[in-house]
Order: sequence, then C-alpha cells, then structure tokens
Amino acid sequence: MSKLLSLDDAVAKISDGMTVMFGGFMGCGNAHLLVQAIVDSGRTDLTMISNDASTPGYGIATLVEHKRLRKLITSHVGLNPQVAVQMNAGELEVELVPQGTLAERIRSGGAGLGGVLTPTGIGTPIAEGKDVITVDGRQYLLEKPLRADVALISGYRVDRNGNVWYRGDARNFNPVMATAADLVIVEADHLVELGDIAPEDVVTPGVFVDHIVVGGSL
Amino acid sequence: MTAATTPVVIDRTNLKEFIARRVAKELRDGDFVNLGIGLPTLVPQFLAPEVQVTLQAEVGMVGAGPCPAVEPDPRYVVDAGGKPASIRLGGAFIDSVTSFTLIRGGHVDATVLGALQVDAEGNLANWIIPGKMVPGMGGAMDLVVGAKRVIVAMEHTQRGEPKILPRCTLPLTAVKCVDLIVTEMGVIEVRPTGLVLTEINPEFTVAQVVAATAAVLTVSPNLVEIR
Repeated sequence: MSKLLSLDDAVAKISDGMTVMFGGFMGCGNAHLLVQAIVDSGRTDLTMISNDASTPGYGIATLVEHKRLRKLITSHVGLNPQVAVQMNAGELEVELVPQGTLAERIRSGGAGLGGVLTPTGIGTPIAEGKDVITVDGRQYLLEKPLRADVALISGYRVDRNGNVWYRGDARNFNPVMATAADLVIVEADHLVELGDIAPEDVVTPGVFVDHIVVGGSL
Repeated sequence: MTAATTPVVIDRTNLKEFIARRVAKELRDGDFVNLGIGLPTLVPQFLAPEVQVTLQAEVGMVGAGPCPAVEPDPRYVVDAGGKPASIRLGGAFIDSVTSFTLIRGGHVDATVLGALQVDAEGNLANWIIPGKMVPGMGGAMDLVVGAKRVIVAMEHTQRGEPKILPRCTLPLTAVKCVDLIVTEMGVIEVRPTGLVLTEINPEFTVAQVVAATAAVLTVSPNLVEIR
C-alpha cells in the first residue's frame, strides 16, 4: 500500500482540537508545507508540542500568528513575541518544559515507558506538583510521557517505505517525534527510490511513518 | 564618603569582550563545551591557539562552527538561536535525545552562560522574570544540571543593582550548580563555604567589588589581578 498522500489528504487526517507534534528547532526541520496547509485549511484549537514557537513569519510560528493553537507544550518561546501576547491575553495556554525533559518525555511516550526520572528541574518551579523519587541518594523528578494524535516531521530524503534521512541539524526533534504519535506524516524534501538511502544511513525507519507528503524544500 | 559607597563608573565599551577573554582562560585543550547565547558566544575568539575545544549546540551539533563550513545551506544548519551556522570538519549532527544525553549525562566539560541572579550557594536564576519576561528555559536547566563545570559570565550588576545575592529572589534554573562567576570586576569561586573573590580587575578596589556584591564575599588571601 502506498504511503504517499497529497497535501490536502494529509491535512484531512488532522481534526480541530487534536494534539500535534511538530519536529523542528527555530523553524529548521519544520514540515513547512504541512504547516501552511493546516493554516489554509482553517484547522484550529490544536495543542502543539514543539521545541519552540520559531520566529514570526517562519514555520510553525504561522500557526501562532493565525491563532490556531489552544495550547503549546514547548521549551522556549522567547524568540516569538506573539506567544507572550496571546498568553497574557488568555488566548493561549503555554506549558514550559526543559528541552531535555521534553525530548525524554516524548521518547518515553514512543518507547512504551511510564515516564523518565530526571534531575533537571529539582528545586525549581518545574518541580511543582511532580513526584520526587530518590535513586541511590540522588533526587529525580518523575516526568510523564508525552504522545500526540499526529506527528508532522520533515525529512530531506525519504524513500517509498518512509525511511528518512535528515540533512544538517534539521534532524533535532523529528526522529523522536516520529515514534510518539498515533499517526506520523513525513514531509519529504526529496522522495527517493528504495535503496537510495543505504540501510545503514536510515535514521527513522519507515515502520514509524504512516504517510509521506512530497514537499520540496521551502 | 567611603570607598565602599563611591559609585563605580566604568567604561562599558568592550565589557563583554573583557569578560569573554577571561572566561576563555578557563577552558582546557580538548574540552567539550556548550556556550549560551549572547556574551558566551564571544569566548572562542579569545582561546589561546594551543587550546582546541569542541562546541556542542543543543539543536544537535557536536563540533559547531564557525568554520570550515561543510554545510552550505543555512536552512539546514542553525545554531541554538536559529541563526545560520556551520559545523566543523569532523563534526556530527545528532538528534535532540542524543544532544541532551550529552548535556544531562555529564559528557559536557563546561558550559558558559549568563545569569539574572546567582547566589551564595551557587543557585542560578536565568530563565524567567514572572510577569515580565517568560521566554522559557530552553536547554538551560538541563545544561547546568549536567555539565561538569558551570561558568556564569555576566556583568556584575544590573543598572547598578547587585546580581550576586545572598539568595536568589527569582525562580531558579537549578540549585547549587554554579562553579565560577566571571564579571568585569573579577572572578568569584563558589565554594561550600560561600563566595570567594580570587581575582580582581585592577580598575576596581576590593571595597568596590564587595559593595557591588549583595552576598557575603570572602576575599582570597591569594587574591591576584585578573588574568
């Protein structure tokens, strides 16, 4: 069965109110065409899980700008002032998560774990309301797994099985997010033939990927 | 008027460079280092030629540039602030899980970052001013918990107000994590007994440094001019 989908059919898989993971770091490694297609489709009330909110005018920042988000789970919003404006206006809920904790919460969500124990955040506001567990004399926070309805990831080369090779540091959160959603859609900068990515070079194996949208880079 | 209460007037030109130059002397050949945004990014230009460090970038680089660049397209290689960047020959791109395995797992020798406040116990506040500035912590909380050595590089005061306090008043980034504080006034070590001034910028008197520091500051018997 072909994993290829048109952009419109891919967006049709996403409903209002869903929780969606977006790979990327300050726009680098966002699935840019899918982001724009979601904006164009009118989808709204989304919960976005992403490292950051990018910077106005680039990548996932467009979803903030068009007020399509109900909640944002992220590590950093300092380079997108629109987030603070919407947060202060009560229009957008923001849950700040340390970046390494965000990665591990997603990893545990994808790996079938009940969460992770991390020393990060002990003694800070991040620890409020969380269980502190002592292991061999050191304190750790219990951080619970994160999963999403849909993960939208971006790959530079993607073959028809959905195997992904990432370029540069556009890799970032994409591989881990591909493990932690009920539906995973990869936007391929370049669709390649089977074998064009050597098995040793596959970063995200296609078994994680449900659908491929042929994008072309933005 | 005593020396301790004489307002300090300093030349702010090149102040960041002055601090970065001193921080550079803390790094050793072969160190694996993560630099925060802003002032810390100035540090590499002041490294002695015999000191080669490998830079980690939380976005997913081991061996972050500036050069020689092997990746020509800025859409695919950015730094921690999202700006176009490069990776060194022999570097590696890694995903975020691996990046924070390095950071949190004790594989980073030193991290250099700025602070809003540091206190006598080495507690650090640098990610939020409630009601004013809520940028998020990004990778900072993981870095200061996981790096073997945490060096705070900052101006000694903020608009004349001390930033080195008996106890931080802003929400913490982490507890008891800071090892060394480098400012334009000098170098302060965080020891179990408290803060110790070990080096001083000769443009200032000890009394001026003490006056600009709200926390108790012990002056090292071996105090020397800033290196």
